[in-house]
Amino acid sequence: MEQQFDTSKIGMWLFLVTEVLLFGGLFVGFGMMQARYPREFVEAHEHLTRWQGALNTVVLLISSFTMVMAVDAAKKSNKNRQVLFLALTIVCACIFLVVKYFEYSHKFEEGWLPGRFYSYKGDSIPACPGVNPSQLASNPPPAPAPGAPVQQCTNGYATFFSFYFMMTGLHGFHILAGIVVLTWVLIRANRGEFSKNYYTPVDLVGLYWHLVDMIWIYLFPLYYLIQ
Amino acid sequence: MSTQTEIADRHAQAGEHDHGGPALYAKTLIALLILTAITVAAAYVDLGSGNVVVALTIATIKAMLVALFFMHLLWDKPVNAIIAMAGFLFLGIFLMFCLLDFDSRNNYFPANFKGPAADMPLAPGTAPQGQVIRTNPAAEGEKK
Repeated sequence: MEQQFDTSKIGMWLFLVTEVLLFGGLFVGFGMMQARYPREFVEAHEHLTRWQGALNTVVLLISSFTMVMAVDAAKKSNKNRQVLFLALTIVCACIFLVVKYFEYSHKFEEGWLPGRFYSYKGDSIPACPGVNPSQLASNPPPAPAPGAPVQQCTNGYATFFSFYFMMTGLHGFHILAGIVVLTWVLIRANRGEFSKNYYTPVDLVGLYWHLVDMIWIYLFPLYYLIQ
Repeated sequence: MSTQTEIADRHAQAGEHDHGGPALYAKTLIALLILTAITVAAAYVDLGSGNVVVALTIATIKAMLVALFFMHLLWDKPVNAIIAMAGFLFLGIFLMFCLLDFDSRNNYFPANFKGPAADMPLAPGTAPQGQVIRTNPAAEGEKK
C-alpha cells in the first residue's frame, strides 16, 4: 500500500511538471510580448480590475488551506471534517469562477477582446489597419501621402488581451476540472471510503489544487500589477 | 486488512505521518495573505524596473510556501522534490534562451503579422523608417 501511494504520488508530480511547462510556455510568451510592447501592456492592464484580482487571489489561497485541511482530516480518518473542508474548497472555487465571470463580461462589453476581435477605441495609440477588420470598416485609414512618415500604430493592446484570455481562460478550465474532481472525491469521502489507510485520491487532488493556486500566484502580479 | 492497519500503525509510531497539522497550515495561510497584501501595496510604489523583480520575488516566496507546506514537499520523499525542481529548471532554460534570442534581435514580429512594419521600433541607425529588418544584420553579413 505504501509503495502504491508513493508511486501514484510520483505520477501526479510528473503530471504537475507537464502543467508547469504548459503554463511556463505561455508565461515566457507573455514576458517577451511585454518587452516588445511595454507601453501598451501597462496601458491595457489598467483595464483589469485590481481588487477583483486580489479578491480571487485571497479566495484561492483560502481554498488551498481548506484543501490541505481536508487531506489532514483524511489522514486522521475524520470523515466529517474531511467532507466539510472538501465542500469549503468547492465553494471557494465557485466564488473564484463567479468573480471571473463578472471580470470577463465587463471586458466583453468594452470590446477588450483578444486579437482581431479587439474593438475598444479609447487607446492612446491606434490599432494597425488590417489587423482589426471591424475597426477598419468603420474607420478606414487615410492613404499615406508619398514620402510622409508612416502612421504609428500598434497591436500591443490586442496582444495583451490575447494572452490575458488565453492564460486566465486556461487557468479557469483547470479550476473547473478541479471542481469536477473535488466533487467526485467529496462523494467518495461522504461514503466513508477514505481513512488513514487509504486517502490517495484526496492527497492527489490536493496536489493538483495547490498547483492551480500556485499558477494564479504568478498570474495575479504579472497581469494585474505590472507597471 | 489487518496488515494494512499494522502498516499504518507502524508509520504513526515512526512519526512519518505526524508532520504538518492545522496550526502550521493556518500559519502558512496567514503568511501567504500577508505576502499578497505586500505585493499589492508594492505595486502602488514606482520602483521602475524593480517592480517586476519585487512582484516575482514575492510570488516565488509564496509558491515555495505552498510547495513546501501545502504540497508536503518538505517532508515528502526527495524524488518528488527532484521532479518538481527539474520542471522549473527546464522552464528556466527555456526562458533564458528565449530572452537571449529576444535581446539579440533589433526587430521582432509575431508569425502571423500582416500589418505595416511602421509600428516596430527599430534600433537607432539600423534602417530607414518603414523598412523591415527580419533578421540580424550581423548574421546576414556573415552569409554574404
